[in-house]
Amino acid sequence: MEFNSLSRKTKTLGLLLAPALLAVSTVSHAQAPAAETTPAIPTTFSSKLLLTGGVSSIEGTAGGGLTPWAVIGGNGTADQFGANLFATNVRAKDYNLAVVGGLIGIYDRAELSFAKQTFDTRDVGGLLGLGNGYKFEQQIVGLKVRVAGDAVLEQDSLLPQIAVGLQYKKNNRGQLLAALGIPKDKGTDLYVSATKLFLSTSILVNGTLRFTKANQTGILGFNTGSYKPKLEGSIAYLLRRDLAIGAEFRAKPDKLGFKEDNWADIFVAWAPTKNVSVTLAYADLGNIVIKDKQRATYISVQAGF
Amino acid sequence: MNLIITKRIFVSLAAIAILLSGTFLTQNALAQEGARLTGTETFKEFGGKAGLEKIMDTFWLNLLEDPRTKPFFTETEPANFKKQLVDQTCEIMNGGCEYKGGKMKPIHAGHLIKREHFNALVEQLQRAMETHGVPFAAQNKLLAALAPMHRDIVTKQ
Repeated sequence: MEFNSLSRKTKTLGLLLAPALLAVSTVSHAQAPAAETTPAIPTTFSSKLLLTGGVSSIEGTAGGGLTPWAVIGGNGTADQFGANLFATNVRAKDYNLAVVGGLIGIYDRAELSFAKQTFDTRDVGGLLGLGNGYKFEQQIVGLKVRVAGDAVLEQDSLLPQIAVGLQYKKNNRGQLLAALGIPKDKGTDLYVSATKLFLSTSILVNGTLRFTKANQTGILGFNTGSYKPKLEGSIAYLLRRDLAIGAEFRAKPDKLGFKEDNWADIFVAWAPTKNVSVTLAYADLGNIVIKDKQRATYISVQAGF
Repeated sequence: MNLIITKRIFVSLAAIAILLSGTFLTQNALAQEGARLTGTETFKEFGGKAGLEKIMDTFWLNLLEDPRTKPFFTETEPANFKKQLVDQTCEIMNGGCEYKGGKMKPIHAGHLIKREHFNALVEQLQRAMETHGVPFAAQNKLLAALAPMHRDIVTKQ
């Protein structure tokens, strides 16, 4: 598939989503006055408990910052829609990654997400002969389906919430990647995530097994050959209803000519209201192409219902 | 992209997930109503029975204030409702009380209770516990014992 074609699909997706969001908000508006005159219990949005929809990961999927969780993004419960828009900036020593995107959660069962990543090589681009500020862009369409469990309420069971998902990724620098011997500019990651809130200890645990062929999440293209299983994990401690701290780990393949390291971060997530959350993190991204020890500050803002 | 391999991996992942969930669901069905905490530390953090009485007074007012929960309590007799809640939570925390009220399932059977209503009630209980200064970790210990009751409270659809 050509980049333009994905771009077109993205636009089509946007065009499809816009009326859906509009319809949802119209319904909400129409029902508000009706609640006064009928005995029906008002149907609302945003019925998930605070922070239980996760935040937006750098690939657009609901989860932690670096890894998907099994939760469905947005605040919708079993008969509700939820949606989020987010913007994230990861400022590393020598690079910058900016991400914008959004998602729709459908009946707390399925999640459709989109993200656009812009990876700025800054001065490294010049050192590589690409020019200072040379950028890679990657678009990601994600789909996640909850297949079992309930991360929050099933507190007398060890069963985590389990979801399977995919992330279809398309990079805009196919020619450069080909010149570097990286065969593909698009690929699909597949994953299964298990997420469990151990409420009596205020701890949330997530494990994700990702099957990927991506170099540096796909920003540096994709390899041919077989999928590599890579483990990712998050642990979070709830300090308050609206505040969580935690740490994450993401194992990554190392198939690129340039050394690629595993990632880790520590984070704090705060939800001042049900509709907004802010995540700050400090991440160790290791070696990226010709620059080692990439420590990064991560800030992400998410708004939705 | 090799679609066939992609598809195979995806199908295997789904199969593993379903197998896992089957094992756990069996355990789940064996869980009994009325889980208890260990020890009485949480009970103390709630301020004992007097603390619970204050919390349930506030909780009751919160439920009536919230348009999502109010319609369920129009015919509820407040004094008895609060007493049952105090006894039930006190018993869960080993506070030396005995809950003599009904089982969760028949009590709630007449209402169409959705997950969003259950969550709204949880939020109002959290607010009431916050109002009375219950430490967050202690709040979560009680909520963890109460949460599985959603299976008997939320209407199956």
